[in-house]
Order: sequence, then C-alpha cells, then structure tokens
Amino acid sequence: MDNHKRNLKILGSPYYLWSAFFIIIPLAMVFYYGLTDRSGAFTLANIASIIQTEHIKGLFLALELSFISTVICILLAYPLAMILSARKVSSKSFIVLIFILPMWMNFLLRTMAWQTLLEKTGVINSVLSFLGLPVLKIINTPSAIILGMVYNFLPFMVLPLYNCISKIDENVINAARDLGANSLKVFTRIILPLSIPGIISGITMVFIPALTTFVISKLLGGSKILLIGNIIEEEFTQASNWNLGSGLSIVLMIFIIVSMVITEIFDKGGESNFL
Amino acid sequence: MIKKICRNIYLILIFVFLYAPIVTLVVLSFNKSKTRAKWGGFTLKWYGSLFTNEAIMGALMNTLLIALVASVVSTLIGTIACISIMNLNKKMRSVVMGVTNIPMLNAEIVTGISLMLLFISFNFKFGLGTILLSHITFCIPYVILSVMPRMQQLNPYAYEAALDLGAGPVYGFFKVILPEIMPGIASGFLMAFTMSLDDFIITHFTKGAGVDTLSTKIYTEVKKGIKPEMYALSTIIFVTVLILLLLVNYKPLEKRQKTDKEVKEAVKVGG
Repeated sequence: MDNHKRNLKILGSPYYLWSAFFIIIPLAMVFYYGLTDRSGAFTLANIASIIQTEHIKGLFLALELSFISTVICILLAYPLAMILSARKVSSKSFIVLIFILPMWMNFLLRTMAWQTLLEKTGVINSVLSFLGLPVLKIINTPSAIILGMVYNFLPFMVLPLYNCISKIDENVINAARDLGANSLKVFTRIILPLSIPGIISGITMVFIPALTTFVISKLLGGSKILLIGNIIEEEFTQASNWNLGSGLSIVLMIFIIVSMVITEIFDKGGESNFL
Repeated sequence: MIKKICRNIYLILIFVFLYAPIVTLVVLSFNKSKTRAKWGGFTLKWYGSLFTNEAIMGALMNTLLIALVASVVSTLIGTIACISIMNLNKKMRSVVMGVTNIPMLNAEIVTGISLMLLFISFNFKFGLGTILLSHITFCIPYVILSVMPRMQQLNPYAYEAALDLGAGPVYGFFKVILPEIMPGIASGFLMAFTMSLDDFIITHFTKGAGVDTLSTKIYTEVKKGIKPEMYALSTIIFVTVLILLLLVNYKPLEKRQKTDKEVKEAVKVGG
C-alpha cells in the first residue's frame, strides 16, 4: 500500500514541474529584474522609482479609483444579492442569464461599447439632450474609468455575496423576528455579520483586478490618465525597460499582499464578533 | 406591494446597466455606416463579409484552438495533480496549494510579464506555443480548485474495497473515483475554457508579432476603429451561447417537473 501511495504521489510530478517552471521561476525573474539594473548589478532604484511624480500619481489614482469602485460594487451588489436570494425558485438560471452570459461577449468590446454610449454625441447624451436635460461629460475622465470598473467587476461582487446570503438559515432570521427584532436589527445583527465572508471574497475579487487594470483606463480614460497598470504595461511594450517595469510590479505586488492581509484581518475580526 | 415594485425596478435597472453595452454592440453589427459614431441604416452585409475576412477568421480559429487545447491539457494535468495532492502530507499539501493559488490571486499583468520574461530568458519563440503554455498555466488552478472539493468528499473505503475485490489501481480509478469527481472535472474544464476564451492581458504579453487572438485583435483595432465584422462575430457568439444556455436550463426543469410528478404518483400509489 505504501508503494502504491508513493506511485500516486509521483503522478503529480507533471504539475509540480509545470508550476515550478511556469509559476515560481517567472515570479523569481520579476524579482531578479526588479532588483537589478541593465548591467545586472543589484539596485533598489527600480523600486524606489515609485516615488517619481508620474509613478506615485499613477499608484494613488489607481488606489483611489479601485477603492471607490469597490465601494460602489458593494453598495450595488448587496441589495441585488438580497433580492435574488429572496426569490429562491428561479434565481439560479436567472443569475446565469444576468451575470454569466455577458462574459461571453468579449470584455474589450463591452468596455468599448461604453465609449459609444458615453461620448459627447453618444447615445446617452442624445437622449438627455432630447429630454432637455444637461449632457454628461464623463468620457475620458476618472469617472468613466470607475464606471468601467464597476461594470466589469460587479458580477465578481454579486456572486460570492449571493452564495453567502442564500445560505443563511431562514430559521435564524425567523427566530430573531419572533424575539422582537425589527428589519433593521435583523439586517445589522444577522444578515450582515453572516455575509462578511462573501463581502471579503467580493472585495478581493474586485479590488485587485481594478487596482492593476490597464485596459479599462486605456479604453475609457483616453490616453492622458495613467494608472500604475498603464505605466507598467508601457515599460514592457513600449519603453522596453524591463528592470523598471519589474520594480514597479514588485511594488504593485506589495500592495496586493497588503490588501489581502487587511481583508484577512477583517475576516477574522468579523468571525470572532459573530461567535 | 411597493416593496416588490421597488425590487423589480432595481433588478431592471441593473439589467439595463449590464446589457446596455451588449445591445449597443448588437445594434452596431447592423449599422450600414462604418463608424460607430453614426447610424447609417440597417444592413446585414457585415455578417456576409465576416466569413471572408481572413484576419478575423484566423483570430477566431486561434482563440478557439487555444481555448480547446489549453482547457483539455489543464484538465488532464490538474485532475491527475489532485490525486497526487490528496496523498501528500499536510505540510507539502499546503505548499502546493499555496503555489496553485498564486496565478489566481496575483495581478494578471504581473503573471503576464513574468511569463514574458521567462520566455525571453529561455529563448522561446513567441507565437501560438507561448500563448498556449501561458493559458495552460493560468487554467490549471481553476481545474484543481473545482476538482479538489469533490476529491475530499470521496469515500476512501470505496476505492480500497474495489482494490480488495481484485480491481487494479487504474481500473479502480476509472470505475470508482472518476464517476464521483466527474462534475468537478466538468465544471473545471468549462471554467478553464471560458477563462482562456476571454483572456486578454496574459495573451497580450505572451503573444508574438503577427499572431492574434480575438481579444488582442480587438485591442489593436481600438485605435484605428473596430471593423464592423467584429460586432457581427460577437453577436453571433453571444446569440449562440444564449441559445445553448436556454436549452441547458430548460431541460433539467422539464425533467425536474417530471420527477416531481413521478414522486407524487408513487406517493399516491403507496398511500
């Protein structure tokens, strides 16, 4: 039997080799390039270059926009998840229809379509001016990027929240009501604490892709607004300064790890509160 | 009552928000004028010229080929890896699962550039091959994470019983374990396929010059203006998936009603 077990372990070696070569070594190379200069000598200059005006501006703008988008996503997704979990019967196929189906239309095209909708003479403004309302001027502004982020990442907030809320035992809610809790109290004392794991995984699934995007900002923000993702992308595809690009990527990874640690702490805090 | 109306209005608003761009794209696919800025009348000509547009058809073929090969290979590697991971000790298992989580948690842009640096340093020739290797890399975790829970729910004694009764390990695997983990494998495969199909960022960094998938093709066209055939193609894809989804969702419902009926009848007979 032991022999058999060892054979089973060896079965995994294609994957172990694969992940060593295509996950660990590439990541190590980002660190190597990020910590050396063009001649290969050790330096911290690439990482320190984050304090250059343009870079730090890109980082702060990305943090700001992805934070706002995440908050908007929570505010939009929470009522949605509650409504969906209340209508239990047909909701599963409904959710697939409303959230998964759009993903089959290419995400670049969908984001592009917002250009058509938001433009100065676009669809939304035509309708607004027809109704005699003031026109929107949000294309090529940070607001358009926020809209694009919310649009693209909202499903990633709704799905974990829905999973969480629909699993809450109705008897617990009924018990609270029987004991005299009003709707608000039921929400703050029962539904909200029990849905924290959903909020947490929603936050990581929205915040990190939003923080690191370069596509949405390029398509909806015009060419003038640079997020940290755009700066890194340009270092690799246009400036060909891999060392600088890798250095900035290391900074980005540090922010990802910090945001994960923070959400982890909140997660633990939420759990212990509940218990 | 008012509460219900509010709820429905909210659902409709979200639905409009999610589908407004899609409706826009569908409308644009019937637009006679070549620019997306103005409406030039209804036409079906883009649907005709789509099939003679070699660049778009080539990109479509590349996209489908990559998605298919990447999802098949990653499903194979991932499923076999799960068997092995189950038999590791606790410490090794958490190390392996930690590494597996890296591509899912890390920013796609970092995964993309890290693979690009790897391919450059090891003198890989950029092209379909490098895209494929990258896609397999980010698809395997999806397979592992959907097969693993099924694996953990397995009853280990069933497999051991099969061995005791004279089944070989391979036969035992196919007869006892595989049917149990099949739903996990299927959903992992589907997830891998969808992820590969929709990926832009990692492909952007690992593709060579001259090789395009639909995503990278659209990205380069954004600056020059997207060809209307692209709208036609994505409308076709969208409608196909919509029909498939309706079929898949409709069938089990019918079956369920049937079994409900059968159960009721059985109860009646029994009562």
